[in-house]
Amino acid sequence: MATEPQTTSPRQDLMALLAQASQSELDAVIERFAPLPRVEDVRPAEVGLCMVRGRIGGDGSPFNLGEATITRAAVRLNAIIGVSYLLGRDPERARAAALIDALWQDTAARPAVEEALAPVQTRLTALREVEAASTDATRVEFFTLVRGED
Amino acid sequence: MYVAVKGGERAIRNAHDLLAQTRRGDPEVPEIGIDQIREQLSLAVDRVMAEGSLYDRDLAALALKQARGDAIEAIFLLRALRTTLPRFGATLPVDTGTMRVRRRVSATFKDIPGGQVLGPTFDYTHRLLDPSLATEAEPRKPAPAPKKSAQAKAAQARAAVQEPSAPPPRVVDLLGDEGLIEPSPPDTGAEPPDLTRAPLAFPAERETRLQNLARGDEGFLLALGYSTQRGYARTHPFVGEIRMGAVQVELFAEELGFAVPLGEITLTECQMVNQFQGSAEVPPQFTRGYGLVFGQSERKAMSMALVDRALRWQELGEEKTAPAQDAEFVLSHSDNVQATGFVEHLKLPHYVDFQAELDLVRRLRAEHAARGDSEPQDEPTEAAEATP
Repeated sequence: MATEPQTTSPRQDLMALLAQASQSELDAVIERFAPLPRVEDVRPAEVGLCMVRGRIGGDGSPFNLGEATITRAAVRLNAIIGVSYLLGRDPERARAAALIDALWQDTAARPAVEEALAPVQTRLTALREVEAASTDATRVEFFTLVRGED
Repeated sequence: MYVAVKGGERAIRNAHDLLAQTRRGDPEVPEIGIDQIREQLSLAVDRVMAEGSLYDRDLAALALKQARGDAIEAIFLLRALRTTLPRFGATLPVDTGTMRVRRRVSATFKDIPGGQVLGPTFDYTHRLLDPSLATEAEPRKPAPAPKKSAQAKAAQARAAVQEPSAPPPRVVDLLGDEGLIEPSPPDTGAEPPDLTRAPLAFPAERETRLQNLARGDEGFLLALGYSTQRGYARTHPFVGEIRMGAVQVELFAEELGFAVPLGEITLTECQMVNQFQGSAEVPPQFTRGYGLVFGQSERKAMSMALVDRALRWQELGEEKTAPAQDAEFVLSHSDNVQATGFVEHLKLPHYVDFQAELDLVRRLRAEHAARGDSEPQDEPTEAAEATP
């Protein structure tokens, strides 16, 4: 199979979490660090597209499946550049995510950022557990019937 | 002679206002919200995203509202919108092997590692209209967790060879391990062709064909897939596996030097297993057709896989006998935005064209009549002229 090894850095894990957090969840994290020093919008939040690719047969040669809307932003906070890319059209949420990415890169602030983000992880985990349980309830076993004569 | 196509501004403006009013329907009935369409007409939203070739649930819901529920009109709106947005890049190919599966079935094996889960499906429903949906009654809650009966435990034990949270392995890999099925075409590292950047040209590679089919009209692909089952390019299909669920999307960001996880999208994948006789070089083995579609859209994914397989006739040394194998026919007519544009443009003013045709017919008739004065006329012509 042509799949790359599944190695993600802590920053990628952070970004995966930020991409699925709601505006109010992100705002609650930022709130903890108020008042913030001056935030410079290095790249004001911008909506665009990305071409989503799949693979033939699931694991073969790549092909273009279709596009998805994404929003990206970059901010500078205490000389640290925070970046975000997320699915959907949401400039405000992208800016907030970039801001948290910048806060997180400051190793002194990182534990506090991660602690503030814990409720997001808890919510997502709970959501997935419910989804997994209700999906699992539809697990089937098919029986093939053997006829006496054959 | 020349008929100017001008004016009509007032009529057009008024027609648009009337359209808006008609879209709203009875003002006594509460207006539908985008969130309601997104949540409660989710398969309509999925179809618009798939054929609009743009994954954005809210935009697809908005398009459906604006289009009064007309899927093709909504798809057209999404296609138009995407042309106004810049592209930031292409994602890493999604790994459907790591999908958080909400539905997974196989028609080839009864017992598969990871098991079969039906998920939210219309299969096995009785197709009887449910009058309770006409009221605001709450639906029955889905079962929270499976009861650990002896039977369930046995199934679990059989299914969970790997850890229970691990994504289920691909069914086709079970055949692949024995060499009984062809492998997927390898990733050569080449950039896949992109129909949104370069127009369709023939012969079209499989990557191009799949992109075309992924955004193609569900009804058209369904009919073509059906035709292959009825004997027009028979490919003996079995559903190796259908899976539907969430996959992570990642975009490589130049400025960061790594792939950024963007969030999750829902996809439906169909692995069709087809027969193959083998040849002097290749021992008999199963072949494959592949379908991958945005959202939950099993009918489309299955149709896509059937047509993908039919289009591979040349590569597999088969005879071309049917429309579903004709890449030029299939790929040139699968796009419903193009199709509706060309069909529907017929209703727009063609006064000048028609005037020319009218002139020509008059001239031909005059010539015909002139000839008729000297030669005896054919009976059928007289009869044709008598019809209104």
